[in-house]
Amino acid sequence: MISSIIFIALVIAASALFAKNVKTIIRNIKLGKDIDRSDRKKERYLLMAKVALGQSKMVVRPVAGLLHIIVYAGFIIINIEVLEIVLDGIFGTHRLFSFLGSFYYGLIASFEVLALLVLVSCLIFLIRRNVLRLKRFSGVEMTSWPRSDANYILITEVLLMSAFLIMNAADSSLQNLNSFHYTQVGSFPISGLFVSSLSSISESGLIMLERSLWWFHIVGIFAFLNYLPYSKHFHILLAFPNVFYSKLEPKGQFENMAAVKKEVALMFDPAADPYAAPVEPQGEPLRFGAKDVTDLTWKQLMDSYTCTECGRCTSVCPANITGKLLSPRKIMMDTRDRLVEVGNGIDKNGKDFNDGKSLIRDYITEEEILACTSCNACTEACPVNNDPLSVIIDLRRYLIMEESKAPSEWTGIFTNIENNGAPWQFAQADRLKWKDE
Amino acid sequence: MSELKVPTMAEMMASEQNPDVLFWVGCAGSFDDRAKKITRALVKILNNVGVNFAVLGSEESCTGDPAKRAGNEFLFQMQAMGNIQVLNGYEIKKIVTTCPHCFNTLKNEYPELGGNYEVLHHSEFLQNLINEGKLTIQGGAFKGQKITFHDPCYLGRANDVYEAPRVLIEKLDAELVEMKRCKTNGFCCGAGGGQMFKEAEKGNKEVNIERTEEAIELKPDIIATGCPFCMTMMTDGVKLKDKETEIKIFDLAELIAKANDL
Repeated sequence: MISSIIFIALVIAASALFAKNVKTIIRNIKLGKDIDRSDRKKERYLLMAKVALGQSKMVVRPVAGLLHIIVYAGFIIINIEVLEIVLDGIFGTHRLFSFLGSFYYGLIASFEVLALLVLVSCLIFLIRRNVLRLKRFSGVEMTSWPRSDANYILITEVLLMSAFLIMNAADSSLQNLNSFHYTQVGSFPISGLFVSSLSSISESGLIMLERSLWWFHIVGIFAFLNYLPYSKHFHILLAFPNVFYSKLEPKGQFENMAAVKKEVALMFDPAADPYAAPVEPQGEPLRFGAKDVTDLTWKQLMDSYTCTECGRCTSVCPANITGKLLSPRKIMMDTRDRLVEVGNGIDKNGKDFNDGKSLIRDYITEEEILACTSCNACTEACPVNNDPLSVIIDLRRYLIMEESKAPSEWTGIFTNIENNGAPWQFAQADRLKWKDE
Repeated sequence: MSELKVPTMAEMMASEQNPDVLFWVGCAGSFDDRAKKITRALVKILNNVGVNFAVLGSEESCTGDPAKRAGNEFLFQMQAMGNIQVLNGYEIKKIVTTCPHCFNTLKNEYPELGGNYEVLHHSEFLQNLINEGKLTIQGGAFKGQKITFHDPCYLGRANDVYEAPRVLIEKLDAELVEMKRCKTNGFCCGAGGGQMFKEAEKGNKEVNIERTEEAIELKPDIIATGCPFCMTMMTDGVKLKDKETEIKIFDLAELIAKANDL
């Protein structure tokens, strides 16, 4: 009875805290500018089914892809067990669903196999990161927190799965002892293998072991749930909406800025009065391109929270491969870190707070932004359809159009295009000379 | 050298003719010495097949692509609006171009600004001519040669055109060998995003060298590409690696023109 009350209080507290943190993240994402991604719904659902649910872009790298699918499937399927655990906790029952009979036995058996597979996969992931030290997991942006974050997630999963299996072994021993409360639920294919090693423990000892692991497992899950909003691991939730709201246009198509369209239309309008006072829109002053995270769209901000720092983007980036500073993963991580900073600032100081910092320069340097070849290798590689390239271009737009800070060669091509319709200094009248050469 | 027949839209208009397709030559195709050869090669094929085409000549202007990728949206839209006025004035319906950057911009970014055309990269256009039976390729000249195709980013990933260039190469009876990074995983030549026009940022290698080394590993006779900027970058790369005697770099149009002895 008391344990039920404690358990219910825990469920409520964990859910409330999680909801609060999720709300903050949603609020932060909504600090972004509006962009309409509500069209072509059917296509979007199909894309989500393929890329997020079906992990189609993960398997481009077969080893990591396969291991990830195991952990992902394990996570989803073992959650059915978590449902039972929660209900057991609330009602003080044990293995509530065991009335399902042989179907339940099969389910438990498959959870065990999955748990072992997840355990092994996480161990391999840990080895890849910490022993083999794959290049993909290093880089300037992979400072101590991102590295620890990844390890915390993997270690937690290893601990949770181990607790789950040892708990089942204790349960199994108790079933063999015909202990009261511990109903027979068939054989345990994995934990059954080391039941004998628990044979020296008394019945009360086994009950204590089983109970404490049960609590460890479920408290661990609640703790992990509340770790998510602070971690790159939040991708397990955001991957779905993030893929749903993907850019559906061809990758080469960059958005035509609406604000510029108005200005250009005026220039092409013979009836426009060149001396008329410019009509400034009410409210916030117009800014071309992105100086800070609030100049980006909500989708770009969602991208940043969805990024799980896998580094596939950076590992295929031609600029990064040839030693330049640019790393698309860093662009995503910087965007998120700055957004969190802005969000925290708003929480502390109110909506209009200004810390005088910005995404450009305080986080991302001009050198990084200028190194991009816009080749779309990063967007192609991203398993959750993030678009770091769009952020780079928006930052460039700010540099060029607001600060006129272009490298001198670019200033040259701009002048040439403007004056003679080509990036080089050739006369437009000579465009057909090749015909007679 | 045979005379090229290159009617302009203005001439067509004056004689009340309508071309089936506009050949958008692009700035590189008009002014870059190496790219001009690609332009001429395509015209030779078009003349040979008897395609009813025209060019804008001095009425053509930069699509604005380099300005847009470099962040100068104003200049891009100014260029786009100017070009759209000209194109719509001539009631252009269909465009073919040898430059993937022009291709991408005209095809994807002009419609929203009022310029709606069917836009084809020359690899697609030539493939259509083959499919319609209007163009046949004599394989002889390249029979058995090892050719690798470098996917231009703005043709491949940007617009999912991977097959047309390869179909053309296979028609040459050549041996098509793929680099490890090809198609969706194609590796940039280093020119896109305005990089063509400026020094690269500090690093430990040039992008075009990284890509050229990958191509050289295959020991090809020819590196084929479909972009005037990739052409520049790969040509420079091969020169720097002292391989210009063993490895030639050709555009798809040049390969076909050569194969057909045009």
